[in-house]
Amino acid sequence: MANTPFILEMNHISKSFPGVKALDNVTLKLRPGTVHALMGENGAGKSTLMKCLFGIYTPDEGEIIIEGQKANITNSKDAINYGVSMIHQELHPVPHRNVMENLWLGRFPLKKFGPIRFIDEKKMLAETKAVLAELEMNMDPHTKVGDLSVSNVQSIEIAKAVSHRAKVIVMDEPTSSLTGNEVEQLFKIINKLRARGVAIIYISHKMEEILRISDDITIMRDGKLIGTWPSSEMTMDLIISRMVGRELKERFPERLNVPGDTLLKVENLTSTQGHSFKDVSFELKKGEILGVGGLVGSQRTELIEALFGLRGVASGKITINGKEVKIKSPVEAKKHKIALLTEERRVTGIFPVLSIKENTAIASLPRYRNSVGLLSDGKMRQDAEDNVKRFRTKTPTIDTPIKNLSGGNQQKVLLARWILTDPDILMLDEPTRGIDVGAKYEIYTFMTELAKQGKSIIMISSEMPELMGMSDRIMVMCEGRMTGIVDGKTATEEDIMRLAAQRG
Amino acid sequence: MNAASIKRFSSQNAIYIVLILLVVAIAVYDPTFIAITTLRDILVQSSTRAIIALGMAFILITGGTDLSAGRIVGITAVISASMLQMETYANRFFPDMGQINMIIPILLAIIVGLLIGLLNGFIVAKLNVPPFIATLGTMVAVYGLNSMYFDIDPNNSQPIGGLRSDFTNLGTGYIGSDGTYSIPYIVIIAIVVAAIVWVIFNKTQLGKNMYAIGGNIQAANVSGIRVSRNIMYIYMIAGALYGLAGVLEAARTGGATNNYGNMYELDAIAACVVGGVSTAGGIGTVPGVMAGVVIFSVINYGLTYVGIDPYWQLIVKGVIIVAAVAFDIRKYVAKK
Repeated sequence: MANTPFILEMNHISKSFPGVKALDNVTLKLRPGTVHALMGENGAGKSTLMKCLFGIYTPDEGEIIIEGQKANITNSKDAINYGVSMIHQELHPVPHRNVMENLWLGRFPLKKFGPIRFIDEKKMLAETKAVLAELEMNMDPHTKVGDLSVSNVQSIEIAKAVSHRAKVIVMDEPTSSLTGNEVEQLFKIINKLRARGVAIIYISHKMEEILRISDDITIMRDGKLIGTWPSSEMTMDLIISRMVGRELKERFPERLNVPGDTLLKVENLTSTQGHSFKDVSFELKKGEILGVGGLVGSQRTELIEALFGLRGVASGKITINGKEVKIKSPVEAKKHKIALLTEERRVTGIFPVLSIKENTAIASLPRYRNSVGLLSDGKMRQDAEDNVKRFRTKTPTIDTPIKNLSGGNQQKVLLARWILTDPDILMLDEPTRGIDVGAKYEIYTFMTELAKQGKSIIMISSEMPELMGMSDRIMVMCEGRMTGIVDGKTATEEDIMRLAAQRG
Repeated sequence: MNAASIKRFSSQNAIYIVLILLVVAIAVYDPTFIAITTLRDILVQSSTRAIIALGMAFILITGGTDLSAGRIVGITAVISASMLQMETYANRFFPDMGQINMIIPILLAIIVGLLIGLLNGFIVAKLNVPPFIATLGTMVAVYGLNSMYFDIDPNNSQPIGGLRSDFTNLGTGYIGSDGTYSIPYIVIIAIVVAAIVWVIFNKTQLGKNMYAIGGNIQAANVSGIRVSRNIMYIYMIAGALYGLAGVLEAARTGGATNNYGNMYELDAIAACVVGGVSTAGGIGTVPGVMAGVVIFSVINYGLTYVGIDPYWQLIVKGVIIVAAVAFDIRKYVAKK
């Protein structure tokens, strides 16, 4: 074995796709027992680099060296054999099977009975318990995975990697759907892995987290390596400026909107489901950005989905422009000029196989009808092109399937889709989740522009700086109840947290 | 044009390339295959299949499937044939029926197809039964209904024959002076149907909604598409197309039995998937479906033409279905 301080080296990796150089001479070196943050805007090449590591793409140039030896990884099984594992952002467990079976899926311990092999349940149970104990994970191996929280499912994935004796674990946006406590739990596990000498590639957009947990930070931009620095020498501003390649004076644009008269009035709105929102009352003014804060389980998403007709309302009153309205379906919500950008972009947002054009136009088809009732392709193309320019969406053409775009660019297309419906009330559920800094800033700019034009925005966000930086007022919810509304300019983080934890 | 772009072109247009290669291969084996009459025969054979496949494409693109297509063809063939027999024919289905306007039974058959389609759509969209099961149910039930009708006294399950010449002319007649340089009506009908379907797919809200529903049904709902209503429209249109195909089958063959159309749905699904329609929904084009249909007609006709054992033809068909999809799927899997 060659003598090297690095457990994994990806040297001078280049990869081109027709028309794009996705990776240009990128080098990433990992020391054992460290957390190495990989940062960059969406489309910077982070995922492509990881796909090269896992053999999903074959690099055009460059080499991968694991523990001093050249590695030839052509599929995920090779990667596992080399001790490289990945914890994906979106987890795909087998929900109807239990923890133990998910952990050993595809490599169940076997015992021989004559010529027949059976699964060795005893051994499997013992090994499961051992792995869980090692990581101090408190879980019953017999629990159905479908009944577990996202955080626990993620823990199983980590346990799986550990049981593979992984030396390198890649974590892609591991905290994107975790609550504060769960993040702490994850960090404890990460520290344990670090102590065992495991190297972790940590991909995230959350700066606070990265500055806290990582040892080294590698920053990429436009497929190129910008550099690797020890985290101790980095600050949030330095990271941002290196990621976007320009100094970002402000994280949030200046807001010039002036909230006017009341547009939407919600009184005592109560869900048809007992555990969901109860007795929620609030007002939304014209040209106002109303932030909605709260922890997981605060039923914020359920509330705005009910306003959009996706969920049942048992009692309460919704008034728009002084007129009482009943909204039982998205079709009716659209008639009342309400738009909703949902939280789960992939599940309820994009049409993966359809083009940017179709994804942009789909919610406003009637406006493309010509005199004989047929849809004008030319107008649709025009709008799609205009919106790609307006949002600076990175895509080869408007005929590209949206699934080929990065998350931030998909979000821009979805935003364009709803802007095209010309809404008065735009509801955004975690609009910048999993999106890079540059795209975030662009989305913020849009929100302020829209508000300035007199449009009203409701924004759910779990990111405190975003809530405070973007909202005129912030409504806070806890366990389905509205616990308070605070002023965006004067409220402190503590005020919001207190309200978010204030049980009824 | 470099190697990469040639590769891309060939994978995007694989279906047409396969079609051309197939024709060339048969022509090399037997040059007399290249003739106007051959082309005409292939197009005639393709016509009703194309109409059924286009109906099927609607449903596959929404992410559904339709096993009842063949049986709907059967019942509509029997209905139209039963009312369009010559008055001089001995074994008439309705002995006392006069010479009614041809359009009445034809429309009736199409409406029956449409209503069965509506039923399918209702079961799928409103009762949330998976399309495979919903249409399996109607497939069996429609056959029962058809057989019951077919067994009415005095027909008593006798094949319906002696169809009126104005009706059979629809299936066998042509524009043009003689049999060689002529365009059969049935081919014209299929082309007109394809053109209409193309317009629906590409130029109407229903078409865009269809792709959206197949692409992501939840996102379609959130986007304000009336998902159930659109699904019911789609199944209705498909049913009406099967109805038209049933009428044309009766006209083309000059008769009908309750077994008409048996398993046509499988041919239609095969033609669709070979033509690039995704069974996962969201993807499919009219030209692709037409090419898929023609490929199978070329295989049927061409391999018979050069004298290949019919059993071998089945094996070739099976291989082509799987190979075409395996090749096509490469467009969508991550490229290395």
